[in-house]
Amino acid sequence: MKILVTVKRVIDYNVKIRIKADGSGVETQNVKMSMNPFDEIAVEEAVRLKEKGIASEVVAVTFGPTQAQETLRTAMAMGVDRAIYIAVEGEIQSLGVARALKKIIDKEQPGLVIMGKQAIDNDSSQTGPILAAMLGWPQGTFASKVDIAGDKAHVTREIDGGLETVALKLPAVVTTDLRLNEPRYASLPNIMKAKKKPLETMTLAELDVDVTPTLQVLKVEPPPVRKGGIKVPDVDTLIDKLKNEAKVI
Amino acid sequence: MTTLILAEHDNAHLKPSTLHTIAAAAKLGAPVAVLVAGQNCAAVAAEAAAVTGIAEVLHADNAAYANFLAENVAALVAKLAPSYAHILAPATSFGKNILPRAAGLCDCAVVSDIIAIEGTDTFVRPIYAGNAIATVKSTDKIKFITVRSTAFDAATATGGNAAVKAVDGAGDAGLSAFVGAELSKSERPELTAARIVVSGGRGVGSGENFKMVIEPLADKLGAAVGASRAAVDAGYVPNDYQVGQTGKVVAPDLYIAAGISGAIQHLAGMKGSKVIVAINKDPDAPIFAVADYGIVGDLFDVVPALTSKL
Repeated sequence: MKILVTVKRVIDYNVKIRIKADGSGVETQNVKMSMNPFDEIAVEEAVRLKEKGIASEVVAVTFGPTQAQETLRTAMAMGVDRAIYIAVEGEIQSLGVARALKKIIDKEQPGLVIMGKQAIDNDSSQTGPILAAMLGWPQGTFASKVDIAGDKAHVTREIDGGLETVALKLPAVVTTDLRLNEPRYASLPNIMKAKKKPLETMTLAELDVDVTPTLQVLKVEPPPVRKGGIKVPDVDTLIDKLKNEAKVI
Repeated sequence: MTTLILAEHDNAHLKPSTLHTIAAAAKLGAPVAVLVAGQNCAAVAAEAAAVTGIAEVLHADNAAYANFLAENVAALVAKLAPSYAHILAPATSFGKNILPRAAGLCDCAVVSDIIAIEGTDTFVRPIYAGNAIATVKSTDKIKFITVRSTAFDAATATGGNAAVKAVDGAGDAGLSAFVGAELSKSERPELTAARIVVSGGRGVGSGENFKMVIEPLADKLGAAVGASRAAVDAGYVPNDYQVGQTGKVVAPDLYIAAGISGAIQHLAGMKGSKVIVAINKDPDAPIFAVADYGIVGDLFDVVPALTSKL
């Protein structure tokens, strides 16, 4: 079985973001970028399935500017076999990504697609289910455990009340939650090896899809600032403040 | 054109998240219909019909909808979708699973996790873990929207008398099956709806300590128990306790954070709380920057003292 994983280059999760002065977006120039953490989990899961002998090949896909290819190299250093880079100037959103991925999947015919449950930039959490819908495949979102047995995937999902397990008929789309695995660090020899792995470049024109954004960003602003309060010396003062000043207990 | 809401429920009762979504939908200014899809859920349809401001309830009762499998429910939503301008669901694990799939079937995107409505096509939503607030305009032919419950009041559960109409979709898509669930059982209030939340972080040190230190304070206050990602990853408490960017978003009247340093991913899930109390032995912990009241001290001294003195 072939597995396709999707990765996105985003501002590193440790970076404090800066909003552009003109309110048009978030500054991404000269900012540390990394692979979206949920996509690292997706790559790790795919590579583990290959190591277990369940997957025969793992292919990573990304969309973005030239530098996004570095994220594909990272994925290959973690164990992905080959990569597909789709060059995108300007913005591409979830719907456009799903349409383009469908074309790639029609050609690649993977048995499983693993994606992050959300990217930590836009926090939209929608590309996986949109893609599954377009493919007519079942979906296992927010996965904390994936077992492949024959033509089925048993996926344990993190839901608001606890955990839920569903059985999906393959091929399927799985989106990863935090507890699925702990991604490995790429070793130096593997980073060197990844440089020689195949990386195919495609354009949106070749895929012949409409990726015009349907969500127009009118403005981006900082959130309301929460003023820090006071430090209280002891528990008695705290209780007094909560009762008489804040009046919440 | 009417607005359709996909109701979150458990086949017995509407979830509070649905009432908040109904209140958000009312701001669009159009009549509001509610879709109750499930199995043996006539009581839920009746509950929905009694909510103030509902024009119509669509009741789809089918074994295929019993466990809210996205493959089956999204197909039903997509079948109904062409008659509506807006389709809303709560931004919970229920809504975030089903609504994007329904949108995908209609070749539309979702406006996720909105916190305000500025017009019929313009919405406000947090990005980058709430460190930026984006105002976006949707050009999709049908607006699929998930709603952050804490940003909208709840609609009044009584006073309405809407008609209930039976609808059905294709039923079982044959793609997926429900195997089982392990749901956390608790007598405490639900985390996202609680008036008070007591949360513990890595500093709590173990699941045992959660039971001995955090839970007694929560029970004294009638509060829900939450946790930081670090505490969940360490296995102290189950995943559904997690508050933060990738967990639950809460906005209680009082949020008590014990042994939580205050990573931005955690703050994203609780900084809308009315009053925040931080208990941490590190005076420089970032949690103090958002706390109304902070105590620098060992949580194993402070929390039990708080519990006994309340």
